[in-house]
Amino acid sequence: MRARIWGSRGSIAAPGPETIRYGGNTSCVEVRGDGGEVIVLDAGTGARPLGDELMRGPLARVDLLLTHLHVDHLEGLGMFAPIWSPDTELHIWGPPSPVASLDERVATYFSPPLFPVHLSEVPSRVTFHDAPREPWTIGSVTLTAHPILHPGATVGYRLEANGRALAYVTDHEPALGTDLDAVASAWISGFALAHRADLLIHDCQYTEDEYASHVGWGHPSVAHVAAFARRAEIDRLVMFHHHPGHRDDELDAMRGTMLEAWPVEPERCIVAGEGVEIDV
Amino acid sequence: MSTQAAQHHLVLILARDFASRLATPVFLVDPRGAVIYFNEAAERVLGRRYTEGVGMEAEDWSTAFAPTDDAGNPVALPDLPLGVAIIERHPDHRMLRIRSIDGTERRIEVTAFPLFAHEDECLGAIAIFWETPESPPEE
Repeated sequence: MRARIWGSRGSIAAPGPETIRYGGNTSCVEVRGDGGEVIVLDAGTGARPLGDELMRGPLARVDLLLTHLHVDHLEGLGMFAPIWSPDTELHIWGPPSPVASLDERVATYFSPPLFPVHLSEVPSRVTFHDAPREPWTIGSVTLTAHPILHPGATVGYRLEANGRALAYVTDHEPALGTDLDAVASAWISGFALAHRADLLIHDCQYTEDEYASHVGWGHPSVAHVAAFARRAEIDRLVMFHHHPGHRDDELDAMRGTMLEAWPVEPERCIVAGEGVEIDV
Repeated sequence: MSTQAAQHHLVLILARDFASRLATPVFLVDPRGAVIYFNEAAERVLGRRYTEGVGMEAEDWSTAFAPTDDAGNPVALPDLPLGVAIIERHPDHRMLRIRSIDGTERRIEVTAFPLFAHEDECLGAIAIFWETPESPPEE
């Protein structure tokens, strides 16, 4: 598998000279399976340039995995070019909800007055799926979805192929009310998804100071992610879902803090930036 | 292919976290009724540490504390609120007398309800209980 970051920002897009290195688009990651599968993780504003890129080549099927339906993970869907092509078979997976179906919840955003066209009018062949409770496969990739700790229905994903594992666990506050260093691993949100993953893409929104005034907002501090990475025994970490107010140099500083708290070889800790490609 | 580690469902993680902050005794079991957690307040009432009680099967905890009604009649698992919650999968409430491991007898009220992540996905049940004063003698 190979992952490419198209959007690494959280909450709201943050373009500008202070975010030019890591980018300002919101959450979107492209994963290519070894069998040519096209799997897209979240549809933030990064989905717009990804969609344009996908349309330049042959494209029969896209699987879009939504972690949840907060706008920063969905707002790129309307400008995702494959959704406007009748030749595209688009499968959208997302967290199940006891309140409404996935298509109904996506259509809340993808319909007037928030969007000019209703979801039911798009020309592509769209199929919605509640993320299954048991592992399932898309081509050569085995996927697992588990609910994770974030306000509202939210899941994280684990993608496995050829003995390698990528965990995508963003918008996640695993240390809420919990001492990650003290609690048994079975009681840590997201643990099974991340356990011994070759690559963990994880929310890393706040510094310690910022977290103090954002407890319960659904995002971790650097120290929490370090503890989570340590407990889950992951190989490489991608710091993701950057706070929209964090400049490039501040993200570099957060990586330095991360490496102090999680002292591994520096190349194992990556700040997610648009265009970064990583072999899993 | 999958090498995933064991982990409790998020609903149970949140239930445990909630219970761990309460001064009121709380008992958490899996869908079969096996104990997966009880808080410090419950430890004091039951006279047993969580680490000693985790994994207890329903058949064991339902008899270990010798639950009876006010008249001293034993109350079996299907009639205990937590038993109702895991067997019939609906909420229940009643008064009980129990005997802690240290031999102390207590009169408690128990409320239990099943934990559903989805309509068809029961993850276990939770019971909250508290000591109540002896009922006034009947005239």
